[in-house]
Amino acid sequence: MKNFMRYYGKRVLYMLLTLFLIASITFFLMNLLPGTPFTNEDKLSEAQLLIMQEQYGLNDPVIVQYFRYMGGLLTGNLGVSFQFDNTPVTELLASRVGPSLQIGFQAVILGTFLGIILGVIAAMKQNSWADTLATFMAILGRSIPNFVFAVLLQLVFAVQLQWFPIALWDDGFSYSVLPTIALAIAPLADSARFIRTEMVDVLGSDYIELARAKGLSRWAVAFKHGVRNALIPLITLIGPMAVALMTGSMVVESIYAIPGIGEQFIKSIQSNDYPTIMGVTLLYSTMLVVIILIVDMLYGLIDPRIRISSKGGK
Amino acid sequence: METHNNNQIFNQNTTISSDMFEQVSGSATENNEKISAPSLSFMQDSWRRLKKNKAAVTSLFIILLIMLLALLAPVIAPHDIETQVTEHANLPPKVPGIEIPGLDGTAATSGDMRIDKYAQVEAGDTYYLLGTDSLGRDLLSRILFGTRISLLIAFAAAFFDLTIGVIYGLVSGWNGGRIDNVMQRILEILSGVPNLVVVILMLLVFEPGIISIIIALAITGWIPMARIVRAQTLKLKNQEFILAARTLGESSWKIAVKHMISNLSGVIIIQTMFSIPAAIFFEAFLSFIGIGIPAPLASLGTLINDGYKTFTFLPHLMWYPAGVLCVLMISFNFLADGLRDAFDPKMKD
Repeated sequence: MKNFMRYYGKRVLYMLLTLFLIASITFFLMNLLPGTPFTNEDKLSEAQLLIMQEQYGLNDPVIVQYFRYMGGLLTGNLGVSFQFDNTPVTELLASRVGPSLQIGFQAVILGTFLGIILGVIAAMKQNSWADTLATFMAILGRSIPNFVFAVLLQLVFAVQLQWFPIALWDDGFSYSVLPTIALAIAPLADSARFIRTEMVDVLGSDYIELARAKGLSRWAVAFKHGVRNALIPLITLIGPMAVALMTGSMVVESIYAIPGIGEQFIKSIQSNDYPTIMGVTLLYSTMLVVIILIVDMLYGLIDPRIRISSKGGK
Repeated sequence: METHNNNQIFNQNTTISSDMFEQVSGSATENNEKISAPSLSFMQDSWRRLKKNKAAVTSLFIILLIMLLALLAPVIAPHDIETQVTEHANLPPKVPGIEIPGLDGTAATSGDMRIDKYAQVEAGDTYYLLGTDSLGRDLLSRILFGTRISLLIAFAAAFFDLTIGVIYGLVSGWNGGRIDNVMQRILEILSGVPNLVVVILMLLVFEPGIISIIIALAITGWIPMARIVRAQTLKLKNQEFILAARTLGESSWKIAVKHMISNLSGVIIIQTMFSIPAAIFFEAFLSFIGIGIPAPLASLGTLINDGYKTFTFLPHLMWYPAGVLCVLMISFNFLADGLRDAFDPKMKD
């Protein structure tokens, strides 16, 4: 247990170091870029400009600004948006987390659920047409860029068949259906592939043979003993999935005009809104780093074999 | 029978002279050791396995074909990609001699009428196989050049991934100890940064263009390669043939190049094959969100982005480049999958 604590203590330390590094690098990179929040306001006189810059602290040496920014981060202050009505970035992002999270979760659940089914069928009927189909679907899901797929869905189900709204975000569940499907394709492909290899592996192990010898049917064995054990390593996919969802949500939210983080990020990039870009950068990095840490801890807790081996190694 | 004879000989206590021996010849023992199949090198063996995989072989041919077309783009492109013939803007595809709606230069209007757009703009004998965009540029030519740029970026990025990743992984794994520890901590910190964020930041700071996209992709892409190479190096470096090479006085550098790289070639090729479609996707993604290749150059991503703006009434502008992109991605993924199975049938995921 002491080893365990020390290991994760170290991990948390690295995590904080990573975040600190990201925050510093983004700050200095953004400082290199030309332009100030007032570049677009051409009606300001020299004196007015100076007063404004003074007010926002832009005349201070970079190092002072840096410490002010880092200090602000500790209190959750990400600065003020240059473009979107001078809203504090924290507020701007907080109002947009909801839709992103909803679509993200729906996509992960739908994707992994279908992926597991596909993967299990493929593993049970190895080298049959079902297996080929599942492999093909997995490669298709990995190959078709999500923005192409999102537009295709929009065209078929919203424009032509008119089953779902074309875009925008209302309280209705129907608005989230198409974006969810568009985002779910990546987790589906990944988990189907992963579960297939895991299941093939598990199905070949001794305890499965024992269960079969005791007279359980093939499918009963697969579901009672196989899937459960194949599911554990699936946890390691959560990290890469989160990354894929971040990338995916940017385009999918833009295409469906959903007021989420990704859509805000694209808008900020296109309008050079540096504080918001930095805010989203930090938000994404924090989410990813925390998710990876939690996944590691969970994995160690669920599968004791990992914990023992990592202890032995350290 | 023979044993019986032998017993007789020994019983008689005679001395054993050499003429009592006869050479055992013929099929029985000599051919036991004979290897009837030709001995195959690692690469030959993998190639033989790859050839059996129909999807991978088809993909290989498609990729080679697309690469050939992209390479020959300046020669075979029917029109100039930068000339804007504004009178010929937004023309639908027209293939001479084919009367299928959608390929005969007609476009649907309100009702069931189809109007010959080419006659409308008095294009005369000029035709555009895949139609034109809103500035009157030939779509086919732009797709050919776009594929060229997308492939260029993907291969360059994959090349950098390979070089940086292999060197980092080898150095880290081979040296071990403190150096490995420090290098692994650096890797751990770097891998916590979402690559999307790094690429976007890089593109904001540098002028957008082919070079900066390649650099941005290279900065983030080498990490998985470095991890895999390190893991394999750790496995390999304690094996007997490496020990033998060391005992014979081979320098570390030579061992790395001669013994390690050749044994790592399988994983390196597989990883590179997976990083090519990833780079193609990332480039298309960046161009799609508007921070990729600047005009007048175009990649498949920018073409899709341009087409997306008008996809309800001029769908061909989006679907043709998107189709090429998908075919390219699918082929690369199938080939990479096939290669993985071919190089190491036991290796999973």
